[in-house]
Amino acid sequence: MNGDYQILAFCCQYCAYAAADLAGGLRLQYPPQVKIIQIPCTGKMDVLYALQAFEEGADAVMVAGCLPGDCHFLEGNYNAVRRVERVKHILQAIGLQPERIKMFHISSSMASRFVSAVEEMCSIVKELGPNPLRIDPKVVSEEKGDESE
Amino acid sequence: MIIAEQKPFEEIKRSIAPAHKVLVVGCGTCVTVCFAGGAREAAILAASLRMAFKLNGDPKEITEVTVQRQCEWEYLDAVAEQVGKAEVVLSLGCGVGVQAIAERFPRTWVVPGLNTSFLGMPAEQGVWVERCAACGDCILGLTAGICPIARCSKSLLNGPCGGSQDGHCEVNADIPCGWQLIYDRLKALGKVEMLYEIRPPKNWRASRDGGPRKIVRPDLRLIEEE
Ligand code: SF4
Ligand code: SF4
Repeated sequence: MNGDYQILAFCCQYCAYAAADLAGGLRLQYPPQVKIIQIPCTGKMDVLYALQAFEEGADAVMVAGCLPGDCHFLEGNYNAVRRVERVKHILQAIGLQPERIKMFHISSSMASRFVSAVEEMCSIVKELGPNPLRIDPKVVSEEKGDESE
Repeated sequence: MIIAEQKPFEEIKRSIAPAHKVLVVGCGTCVTVCFAGGAREAAILAASLRMAFKLNGDPKEITEVTVQRQCEWEYLDAVAEQVGKAEVVLSLGCGVGVQAIAERFPRTWVVPGLNTSFLGMPAEQGVWVERCAACGDCILGLTAGICPIARCSKSLLNGPCGGSQDGHCEVNADIPCGWQLIYDRLKALGKVEMLYEIRPPKNWRASRDGGPRKIVRPDLRLIEEE
């Protein structure tokens, strides 16, 4: 698989988004395939956002919130953990690998942790291959057929 | 309110599999509040189904719409056009909503996406509990506002049974004994002597006896519908 893939990162403005900013400020390199979406808190993360991302062809989704206990809205990041879990169940049910979504806890000073989280998601995508929803459905069913043979 | 939960995804998938155009119809009342079938759940289910069928190599046109109340003609009429275009309607209303769609749209094939579970309330966030069995002859005034029909596992009218243990029901230790709750509350309110009163048998004719129930209020009828 070449570099043609997309990872969406839903980042809390108080922590992971600031960490990404800091990574930029520190000139840390991270894979350009990640698209960062700033949200006011990971508690704003909706199951539907993730599903829409996958339906539109995103290869992976990362949700990055504050460290446990550090949420500016007290428990938004804990709520996000549960929603990410629910998305994993839905992905499993529909036939996509649940590993395609992951929750991270990254404080605003953890620029290198942000970089390693993005790299981790990239290696997951490289291992799993592209999101099959981006591919012609007929091709997918043939591929599936091949697998079962 | 009516408490329901979504059917297993595979069952829902099977029920709509033969159709190509599917309309998911959510309901904006009870099932929205219990997170089973409101606008958001309808959107999540529709997206999940679209992806699942596409991954199976059988992409379908699955759209969703949510009406304020699926159990009233007026709200259903507002989506008649969308319903008319669908080969199957997947209702995320309670059983009443599904049947209202079936009755209002005689040519429409409708399947349920929910299992309608009980009449109850949210006890804590994410936890719903049964409170009433719609028996048609309410006796809460005799039982300290705690329903023995819905909250005693055996619907006893003279409980507790011999299986009541330290406040727990013998059917399952996680269930508080309904009759213990009644007794405790009567005692706390200084009304425990109410239990000594001999009462006539409960009127079960108002319950499931005699077929489907109906209430008619002449004062509310429309002249032209009489
Ligand atoms: S006594 Fe009957 S009507 Fe009253 S709460 Fe219990 S089941 Fe419902
Ligand atoms: S233990 Fe209590 S709730 Fe359970 S069946 Fe007996 S009386 Fe009813």
